[in-house]
Amino acid sequence: MNCPYLQNMDQQSTLDTQRLEVSLGPQHPSTHGVFQMDVVLDGEQVIRLKPVMGYLHRNHEKLMENMSWLACMPYTDRLDYFCALANNFSYALAVEKLAGIEVPERAQYLRVIMAELTRLINHIVLVGFLLNDLGAFFTPVLYAFREREKLLDLFEDVTGSRMMCNYFRFGGVKRDVPPDFILRVREIVNQFPKFLDELEELLTHNEILLSRCQNVGILPKALAVNAGITGPVLRASGIPYDIRKIDKYSIYGRFKFRVPVGEAGDVYDRYYVRILEMRESLQILEQAINEIPDGEVISKAGAQAAKMPRTLKVPKGDAYGRTEAPKGELGFYLVSDGSGKPYRYHVRAPSFINLTVLEDMCIGQKVADVIIILGSIDIVLGEVDR
Amino acid sequence: MYGLGVLKGLWVTIKNFTLSYFTRKRLTTVQYPEERITLSEHARTFPILVYDESPDKLRCVACEICAKECPPKCISIVRAQDEAGKPLKQPKFFDIDYSVCMNCGICEEVCPFDSIYMDRQFELSAYERSEEFLYTKDRLAKSAEYFSKIRPETAKKVEEKRKAKEK
Ligand code: SF4
Ligand code: SF4
Repeated sequence: MNCPYLQNMDQQSTLDTQRLEVSLGPQHPSTHGVFQMDVVLDGEQVIRLKPVMGYLHRNHEKLMENMSWLACMPYTDRLDYFCALANNFSYALAVEKLAGIEVPERAQYLRVIMAELTRLINHIVLVGFLLNDLGAFFTPVLYAFREREKLLDLFEDVTGSRMMCNYFRFGGVKRDVPPDFILRVREIVNQFPKFLDELEELLTHNEILLSRCQNVGILPKALAVNAGITGPVLRASGIPYDIRKIDKYSIYGRFKFRVPVGEAGDVYDRYYVRILEMRESLQILEQAINEIPDGEVISKAGAQAAKMPRTLKVPKGDAYGRTEAPKGELGFYLVSDGSGKPYRYHVRAPSFINLTVLEDMCIGQKVADVIIILGSIDIVLGEVDR
Repeated sequence: MYGLGVLKGLWVTIKNFTLSYFTRKRLTTVQYPEERITLSEHARTFPILVYDESPDKLRCVACEICAKECPPKCISIVRAQDEAGKPLKQPKFFDIDYSVCMNCGICEEVCPFDSIYMDRQFELSAYERSEEFLYTKDRLAKSAEYFSKIRPETAKKVEEKRKAKEK
């Protein structure tokens, strides 16, 4: 270029500029809890990012070593507090594997229905908050909360609590659903797609959203696999890995559903994969409420273990139970020494592991984009710090 | 056309805004505390102790099962004794620290004597946080009528069960 002014600019930009260190969080409104990022900036570009975790550490794993097997259940609600039922599911699976408890048919269906409703809640709220991070202040979030409220009402009717459900028991679920439950789920299955359409009309082709999200925070396929990323973040990078399909745990083998994948692995794909996943969850829900049989909701051994938790005999050994939680692979690794408590209790928290690639996604991006990249990973600090 | 997506989005918000004046379905909030939503049968907050005739006749027999199973160990029970020092089937002290209780409902599930049940009272804020939240026996005791008022279906089932046991 011949323009002297521009040449001058070019030279200037190769000079060392002063780097700026910014500490985002832990009280930053968009860090989804008490999470801190130490970001080093060159101008507006991020050149280093260090996540600081542990502000919400509650000693979860060690604490559980002093609890009876059942008493751990309400604590798992508090890991990922948006998806209490998904956490219950993983933990129940792990203990059932260890103790060899069967689960009756109806309970399996109820579990799947609850888990998929939880996925709807999680994804819808995530989309809302992601848009909040983008600067679309509170309109999408409040639409999302409006819909979420209907599902939470359903949870309250069934489990007694809106968020801290504590509903699963070893060998089944705590109590049968009220008679109008299936009808209400059907209504949600009918209504929810309309809401999703509306939300998509609001967002999916919105030029502001497109230009903020496309080609931002790209997570390459190879890195995603090597870093052990799971859940929608991995699928947005183009890898169709879904534990519901691979393990076919509980009764997921019976349902027909697709695993949506993205192409570019950018923030937009992560947003859109979640929208598509919600539609697939609705498919599963529809099949489940059509097929759900009558019968017991908890097996005999399970009912006894729920009434008298100390009588639950868990043999020596270890087990790993995992499910496709809304945020990724949620696993519980339990070691039993034959006493009434877990000898070792470990949680493989999806948001914690998904967070490890945050720096790789953010380097070279603008500081404003760091916020939405973090938002698109979908973390919950209750689970990250445990 | 560039900008069409934005306009479409704005149309959605306009629709939602205007319709919220006309359809109940789009207006989802209530004016708490004047208006209240009805809680469902199993809605739970904190535990209470149920008595049948008078507050000194608690159903609780001080077996301490709930205290042992409570995950954060917020129940403490001391059994009553008669003059000779023989333990009686009733609690002398029965304290629950509401500030520690995690509303899990396990105590309700494990109690073999249908004594402890989850309340639905949630407006419990106080100016002081140790004594105000330490619920002693007298504050926990609630009549069977109160229980059947808040949770009619469960209370009915429990009554039937208790009658069958007496026979
Ligand atoms: S409330 Fe129930 S479980 Fe607890 S001590 Fe009394 S009788 Fe036993
Ligand atoms: S609800 Fe849970 S935490 Fe509260 S007293 Fe009962 S068992 Fe303990």
